[in-house]
Amino acid sequence: MPAHPKLLEVRDLGVEYRSSGGIPHTAVENVSFDIGPGEVLGLMGESGCGKTTLALSLLGLLPGDCTQVSGSVLFQGQELLSLRERAFQKIRGAGIAMMNQEPGISLSPVLRVGDQVAEVIHAHRDWTWKRCRAEAESIISRVGLPGTARIFSAYPHQLSGGQLQRLALAQALACDPELLIADEPTAALDALSQAEFLDLLEELKAHSRISVLLVSHTPEIQASLADRLIVMKDGRIVEQGSFIQLYRSPSDPYTRAMLRREGDGRETGSAAREFVGQGGRA
Amino acid sequence: MNMDQQNPFVRVQYLSKSYVQRHPLTNAKFIVHAFDGVNLTINRGTTLALVGESGAGKSSLARCLALLERPAKGELWFDGLNLAAFGNNQLSVMRRQVQLIFQDSASSLNPRMTAAEIIAEPLVIQKEGTKAEQRQRALALMEEAGLPREWETKLPHEFSGGQRQRLAIARALTLRPKLLILDESLSNLDIASQDQILKLLSSLQKEHSLTYLHISHDLRFVSQFADEIAVMHEGKIIDKEPAAELFTQPKDAYTEELLAAMPTLETICAERFD
Repeated sequence: MPAHPKLLEVRDLGVEYRSSGGIPHTAVENVSFDIGPGEVLGLMGESGCGKTTLALSLLGLLPGDCTQVSGSVLFQGQELLSLRERAFQKIRGAGIAMMNQEPGISLSPVLRVGDQVAEVIHAHRDWTWKRCRAEAESIISRVGLPGTARIFSAYPHQLSGGQLQRLALAQALACDPELLIADEPTAALDALSQAEFLDLLEELKAHSRISVLLVSHTPEIQASLADRLIVMKDGRIVEQGSFIQLYRSPSDPYTRAMLRREGDGRETGSAAREFVGQGGRA
Repeated sequence: MNMDQQNPFVRVQYLSKSYVQRHPLTNAKFIVHAFDGVNLTINRGTTLALVGESGAGKSSLARCLALLERPAKGELWFDGLNLAAFGNNQLSVMRRQVQLIFQDSASSLNPRMTAAEIIAEPLVIQKEGTKAEQRQRALALMEEAGLPREWETKLPHEFSGGQRQRLAIARALTLRPKLLILDESLSNLDIASQDQILKLLSSLQKEHSLTYLHISHDLRFVSQFADEIAVMHEGKIIDKEPAAELFTQPKDAYTEELLAAMPTLETICAERFD
């Protein structure tokens, strides 16, 4: 397939949920955006604004019988919305992969984690199980998990939240996808693991050509990674543009509210903020 | 800020809690120490933030302070009363004074009850007032929490994340508690909703002289509102200071590490884009 200037082109995407007898609910409306190769596109908005619905529609994972999807999603020039499930399975994981907020969602509690990474490769490549395991091992070491042999044969409950999130990333990267959808990848982590995981994503961004759709409502995370940003409200795009432009001169007050903490101006708070403002990054 | 050092609202002394667990394969008993020898005071009408990484024992401590679990050792004083000496009946009376607000409002609210029913439920359980009075109280609380009265018949899933958390706050206030424990209650929200709810909490605190224990893993976030910050690490409180002092002169290396892990937005942008 020839290299496409735009990896993903979304035009007038609309998603409507219909329950039997209920009133149709529009979750996503009139959404258009592009993602170029190697680009990190941030997606922000309050909970319930349609971020996750948007992400799931790119993967063809919306519950089919109760949703109405309209518009167009072109991935490497191929229309995804009309794709049959069998064809979509080839793209899901290999072309577009997703990692969730809770690593628990993508890892089974009763299987060894190394096998779960190898399984993804096995599903997409014509390789022997042995070769898949070897490949899984090299990916797991690439996401910065030391002592790979021990990690490889561990069960999810034996690992920390930070380790599990790295494995979820390894699983998503296993088949070298062109586009990674990361849905709140650090929200379940505490501060120290969060900083480590961000470093890992920054490194991934610097050393590979992967494109990322980064769903997160934390401005610090978007600031560390996003090249461009989309701000959504009630299923619609409020504003989109380069991150730094939206941060420094937002044209919509909602964008500003999403990116700037107000604080309540109490003395202790503001003194602390000033101090942190002077501190650098460790 | 009223620093009533002599009579703090909450005083915790040498509090410890451990859980007995069984190994999944050998069935052998072993003990997990959730926290150990914790000393803590929270002054009336102030906010103490409890910060630490996951597994540090923050939530176990919160459950003991909410009187949902009995500590193994140590003393727990509320408003000058030593709760260790209390029997179960007396404790259930005390429990009304403490309310917990959880992180995930979607799973902590009954999905089949309307907003007004959720807020009034504590009154129903306590058999307080007539049906009409209970509803009136629920409506008043909705208004106080910044939710329009007209939404009384809405179900939790019809609210946005921020609105659901307002609903949880309104419900927590029903029995007029004195201490609110917020366990990562705002972590799932975007910062615009966080700001709004922090304002709400701050005005409620002034009006009802509420005491807050706010648990979070995010030092940067709690610096916006906390009067004091306690840092918890591996079941112990390793640092507790007024918020400004903790940031200017952290006493513990771990606190410093936490601070360094969280650069501000300005710093990140300056490093990346300038």
